[in-house]
Amino acid sequence: MGKTFAEKILARAAGLPEASTGQVVDVYPHLIMSHAASWRCIKTLEKLGTDKLYDVDRIAMVMDHNSPARTAKTAADQKLCREFAEQKGIAKFYDIDAGIAHVVLIEDGYVRPGMVLIGTDSHSTIYGALGAAGSGVGFSEVTAAWVSGFLWMKVPDSIKVVIDGPLALGTTAKDVMLKLIGDLTADGATYCSVEFHGSYIQGLSISERMTLCNLAMELGCKFAYVPPDEVTRAYLSERGVKPTDYQEIHPDPDATYIKTLVIDGSQLQPQIACPHTVDNVKPISAVAGKKVDQVFIGSCTNAKYEDLAQAASILKGRKVAPGVRLIVTPASKNILERIIKEGIYATFLESGALLTNPGCGACAGDGGAMADGEVTLSTANRNFQGRMGSYSAEIYLGSPLVAAATAIRGVITDPREFLSKEG
Amino acid sequence: MVGGVCIKFGDSVNTDVIIPGRYLISIDPLELAEHAFEPLGPEVQQQLRRSQVVVAGINFGCGSAREQAASCLVGAGVKAVVAKSFARVFFRNSINTGLLAVACPEAVDALADGSEVLIDTTSGTVTVGDQAFRFDPYPESLQRILDAGGLIPYVARYVLSAGEVKENG
Repeated sequence: MGKTFAEKILARAAGLPEASTGQVVDVYPHLIMSHAASWRCIKTLEKLGTDKLYDVDRIAMVMDHNSPARTAKTAADQKLCREFAEQKGIAKFYDIDAGIAHVVLIEDGYVRPGMVLIGTDSHSTIYGALGAAGSGVGFSEVTAAWVSGFLWMKVPDSIKVVIDGPLALGTTAKDVMLKLIGDLTADGATYCSVEFHGSYIQGLSISERMTLCNLAMELGCKFAYVPPDEVTRAYLSERGVKPTDYQEIHPDPDATYIKTLVIDGSQLQPQIACPHTVDNVKPISAVAGKKVDQVFIGSCTNAKYEDLAQAASILKGRKVAPGVRLIVTPASKNILERIIKEGIYATFLESGALLTNPGCGACAGDGGAMADGEVTLSTANRNFQGRMGSYSAEIYLGSPLVAAATAIRGVITDPREFLSKEG
Repeated sequence: MVGGVCIKFGDSVNTDVIIPGRYLISIDPLELAEHAFEPLGPEVQQQLRRSQVVVAGINFGCGSAREQAASCLVGAGVKAVVAKSFARVFFRNSINTGLLAVACPEAVDALADGSEVLIDTTSGTVTVGDQAFRFDPYPESLQRILDAGGLIPYVARYVLSAGEVKENG
């Protein structure tokens, strides 16, 4: 019987010859990420009464939420992390200037095929973009793994998603995922490993793979996975990571999946997740014309270089609608540098956008809050009630293309209106 | 055996509703409990304070990995969550913080808001009135964490050779 990605990777990380779905194994993650929750881990470690760490080189700490600090409390929390990292020699410590944990760890080549990663962030499934297994856990669990090196994991069932490409004009990985989440619902893949296959995936950029795997979390999955290929190897090679530095894992052709879904990318339309759940998805035609007060282009889902370049391609030479606030938050410092060099930053500024420092920003409720009854179109991954200010405000989710088109018109707008004119 | 009066919710109650992100600056369960379910309004919050068991539909606790979604309920005096199903991170966080999480769809259907419910982990049953419903036992590794009273006491006892947990300030 063939094995899935999840069965193979958990067997290896547990030091077992093989593992099967349903089996509970003790897994030794290769990288343990903590972000704004890091200070909670440090406090929990103090409570445990130990300063023994299993392997300091497996710890990564990124100050991405609430950065820079807006309160003395947050400043003190971040100071604690900074001092802890210095004292313990945590080389993978990223301060408030770096950007979003998921993005900076991938950019710096720390995420590699065949690795198991845990993080204090649910969207840790994003690491599947590089053929790794990433999963979110709480801060106690990260603290325990700092000390013991391991945590228990049940080998999950696997779902195969086959995406046939190329995608229709004006659609992106964001639209693929919103469609999938709408169809399967928010618990459509609970506790499962979601593998992406199909012609669309082959040759797909790492940026779009990150969007797929990031949003797979909104199906409730434990892992997401894109099989490593030439694109993966080239991406890592650019970062000085050689094929001998990692071991790719590929599922067997006869592996067992509890479900196989096929998506025809050529039939896709831009999709919108409506308030207040990510699975409340409609094609853009059903919500076009909805007035917005704010547009947010940010988050680990859709504030990567390609995302910003796509949004800028529509905004170039155009202005944000009067009365609409467009907030752009690049995912990382590297991305910020690149958009400045390539003139994309200037395009945003000229259009009337506000650019903030890299990080989680408004997606994590840090800035970009809404007043009662206001509406935001966001490129982020969650639209839960109260996530951006008032509990009576509304968040709609869409792609960077939709965000740009919406910012120009001031109402939710199909980006194909701009693309077809130019094409 | 734990139990008491329940407060019943629907499907896919998410972490931002359980504990909004703006309050994650705290890790004190009592402080967090002040804001548990704040988006749903003060009446729901007051009812939570009078309840010992949270009852919910499918996918309870979906969304963020924030552990405070479980610990804020502990702070509010909740002893157990009985749901049709759980989001995986919430489930882990729940066990890790010593909050009993039981998946038992039949019991959820039998429970009305405000009614009494009893959970017996030894026999693996949820009792509603004169009806008893079975639930699947936990995997052994998870049961050990529960028996220790949560993950951190478990690590102190079994992983740290000289381990002693300091008093929880």
